[in-house]
Amino acid sequence: MNKQPVTGEVPLNQGGASSSSRFIRLPYRLEYDPSKRVNVWWITIASVLLALIVCGIFIAANGMNPFPVYKKLLSGAFGSSFGLTETLVKSIPLLLCGLGVSIAYRISVWNIGAEGQFAAGAIAATAVTIYFPELPIYISIPLMMAFGVAAGAFWGLLTAIPRTYFQVNELITSLMLNYVALLALNYVVFGPWKDPKGFNFPGTPVFTASQSLPVLGDSRLHLGLAFAIIVVVLYAFTIKYTRWGYELRLIGANAEAAKNAGIRISRHIIIVMLISGGLAGLAGMSEVSGVTHRLMYGISPGYGYTAIIVAWLAKLNPVGLVVSSFLFGGLIVGGYSVQTLGLPSSISNMLQGAILFFLIAGDTIGKFRLKRND
Amino acid sequence: MDMLIQIIVAAVGSGTPLLFATLGGILIERSGIIQLGAEGLMLMGAVVACMTYLNTGSLGLALLAVFAVSAILGVIHGFLTVTLISNQIVCGLAMTLFGAGLSAYLGKSYSGIPLPGSVPKWHMPGLENIPLIGDLFAHLDVLTWFSFLLVIVMHLFIHRTSWGLHLRAIGDNPPTADVMGIRVQAFRYGYIVVGSMLIGLAGADMLLVYSPTWTEGMTSGRGWIAVALIIFARWNPVRALVCAYFFGALDTIGFRFQLLGSHIPSYFLKMIPYIVTILVLMYLGWRNRNKPSGAPEALGIPYIREQRF
Repeated sequence: MNKQPVTGEVPLNQGGASSSSRFIRLPYRLEYDPSKRVNVWWITIASVLLALIVCGIFIAANGMNPFPVYKKLLSGAFGSSFGLTETLVKSIPLLLCGLGVSIAYRISVWNIGAEGQFAAGAIAATAVTIYFPELPIYISIPLMMAFGVAAGAFWGLLTAIPRTYFQVNELITSLMLNYVALLALNYVVFGPWKDPKGFNFPGTPVFTASQSLPVLGDSRLHLGLAFAIIVVVLYAFTIKYTRWGYELRLIGANAEAAKNAGIRISRHIIIVMLISGGLAGLAGMSEVSGVTHRLMYGISPGYGYTAIIVAWLAKLNPVGLVVSSFLFGGLIVGGYSVQTLGLPSSISNMLQGAILFFLIAGDTIGKFRLKRND
Repeated sequence: MDMLIQIIVAAVGSGTPLLFATLGGILIERSGIIQLGAEGLMLMGAVVACMTYLNTGSLGLALLAVFAVSAILGVIHGFLTVTLISNQIVCGLAMTLFGAGLSAYLGKSYSGIPLPGSVPKWHMPGLENIPLIGDLFAHLDVLTWFSFLLVIVMHLFIHRTSWGLHLRAIGDNPPTADVMGIRVQAFRYGYIVVGSMLIGLAGADMLLVYSPTWTEGMTSGRGWIAVALIIFARWNPVRALVCAYFFGALDTIGFRFQLLGSHIPSYFLKMIPYIVTILVLMYLGWRNRNKPSGAPEALGIPYIREQRF
């Protein structure tokens, strides 16, 4: 450490983050310690609380008392059996998309295209109902699933190929493809597939019983929940106990070392993006077939984007994914219920963004320690 | 000729927000910080401009408010990426999601209200006498002229001044810059703030000039196109101008086709800018496979003294 000023007046002070002040000398400084591994649960909880406080300020600025708003949000999502079912229904696509992006994030492939892959899956599943309307249920449902997964995987592949062979940043590609998929969705629901008996409603004809996923009793809980649970278990098992999962963890920990160990990273990127897109496609299929029973305009309230935050809150951990997708499902449902108080439902989007902000701050803040300046 | 002038004017109109966002992004990325929050910053710029303009009726105040809010968001971005050395990619993503959510929340009651006025036009005396292209300059508003000026100033700043040299130094090799006595962290903060203000201005320009009513998510991916434009422009302001107008032209093509009575559904025409963005990036990746991309060498690598990453 060179303590001598190099260019006369600019002193080189020690340590990192606090070095920006030349005139004010603070009694403490933050020192960065990259080897300090912190993964403390209370940082996650504190992040969520801080996000609630910040958004509370915005709500208060809008002339509302934030406490009843949050209370309404909670009771709307978790306070009744209707709310709880709705929350579970909303958490199905979040969990599937969240699993998809988590696999990609494991090896630092920043897939933010779950929204488009979701739409692609929904469109392809609907195509089955449009072109083969008379199939029995045991053929049409598997066929819709296969089409949905394949379309999502194809949409993921469109991101993976530029990334592996042309060194194109996958963030931009996957996001651009979101807009392409959503425009395609709007084209079919406003154009060729529009229900002729739908009074100009932008949606396809309603699915028949043999094109709809079975539901639990007379609730809205559909078979997609089982898909999601199966995929979570598979994800947990593969990451932990298989060779492929080990390779993914290795790439995630140190891509350079993994490359030197003979792991073909480009092949992994393609496989991971196929899976990532396929899961989002499955989410799209289960949403049209299990919830809306038709493809329609604005079918996703941003599941693909929320899934990013779901994955980050869970730190890509399978159990965490289940918990955080349930919470964010509740946030979406609660967002609708605060509309009765005269607030826009986009309050839940604002909260999501704020939560992500505090989460990433919390990720590294644990690696700093406060040192006394002397 | 009239047709051509119309197309160019339309391309400049929809290219100017892209240009502001790209210039802001170049400034930030030249200092070594990845900027992926442009979409959120633009949305915030647009909604703040809309709210202030509708409430006060003053364009100047609207722009001031946009600058203030973007600067605050820039400081937050700087705190996360420079001080807390968080993951810069996820940080940009957070800025996008937060900006989208907050702007939708704030702008809900302003949605669909037309603005009372527009940015005044200004024409430089003498230019309208130039044959053929003279008409072109009659349609330009003050913000567009400012963007021209900004391109020139930024080009000179980055390549001809010692401050620009420092900027390039902290983006390419922060340890060396630090030893030279340049305060890397402080400068990075500064450039993030100024760059964020320009990106916020991009959103305001889009609202005030290009489509004068606020709608939720009105930038529809233009922030991300601007991120791609930074790469096309190889982090160079003059190239950014050319690239931004090229994409501005693509943006208006769909509209032109419809005027000509084309039967292609507008949904497909609207896909063009997104698909072309991917194709151009792929072409550049293929062409530059053995060459440096022109990116600042320390882009995305946080700097803390005495620390190797």
